[in-house]
Amino acid sequence: MSEKEIQVKDKMELTEQEEHTQPGPVFVPDVDIYEDQSALTLVADMPGVDGDHIEIDTKDNHLIIVGHITPAAGEGEHVLLKEYNEGRFHRKFVLADIIDQEKISATMKNGVLTLVLPKIERAKPRKIAVTIG
Amino acid sequence: MAILKWTHRPFGVDLADDFIRLQREMNRLLSAAGGRPGVNLVRTSGVYPALNLSEDAENLYLRAELPGIEPEQIDLSIEGDSLTIRGQRTISEADKKVNYHRRERESGYFRRVLTLPSPIDHTKVAAAAKNGVLTITLPKAEAAKPRQIKVAAA
Repeated sequence: MSEKEIQVKDKMELTEQEEHTQPGPVFVPDVDIYEDQSALTLVADMPGVDGDHIEIDTKDNHLIIVGHITPAAGEGEHVLLKEYNEGRFHRKFVLADIIDQEKISATMKNGVLTLVLPKIERAKPRKIAVTIG
Repeated sequence: MAILKWTHRPFGVDLADDFIRLQREMNRLLSAAGGRPGVNLVRTSGVYPALNLSEDAENLYLRAELPGIEPEQIDLSIEGDSLTIRGQRTISEADKKVNYHRRERESGYFRRVLTLPSPIDHTKVAAAAKNGVLTITLPKAEAAKPRQIKVAAA
């Protein structure tokens, strides 16, 4: 098989200095960010978060993503093995000036958040034709 | 003329080693104490995906965080008391001609076996995926369920 095997890694806990008003652990989601000609796309793994429990804020050129989870375990369950913790997801990015903040769109599927951050018109690359005089 | 190497430390190398050892020991102690409140100690097996197993009187519940994996890409099988989870996580953007700023999400295949702690009823196992969290409900076999025993007065 050419495909590689996924390696397990510990969920990274948020180490930011700010205080959180809600108790419980806060994790940093794994994120992919890629760019094409018209937009930046941000993809974040936030298992256990549904589309109604996600907050996306843009303020002072900061993009803040917060995902709230509904604990998966039911009432009266007794833990036998625990290899991962559950908690909120929180991550903050600084947005470049080229992002059109009004047009950011988000979708959530299978615990993965996809944010499309369109570039403002003047930031899109333009081909300049050179005429030979 | 004596020439000192730029790596020379006035206290000698041994002392620096001691500090490293002390730091390592402190880290170990702090992590053993559970770190910050609210975070329980987790033990990992080194195999993806990480699993949480819990039970109530009727069932065993096995959960795994598998974000971005379609339920049909997960393959479950049970043989005796071992449960195997296999699957594949594909990241679709990988083929496109885009430029990455950050790449933290991993793709690839995974396979994990877990030995179940009690006998289960193989015919009634159910699995459901919701918001990237897989929950497998494994009903306990009759023999493994707790039973109240009445003490009769002689």
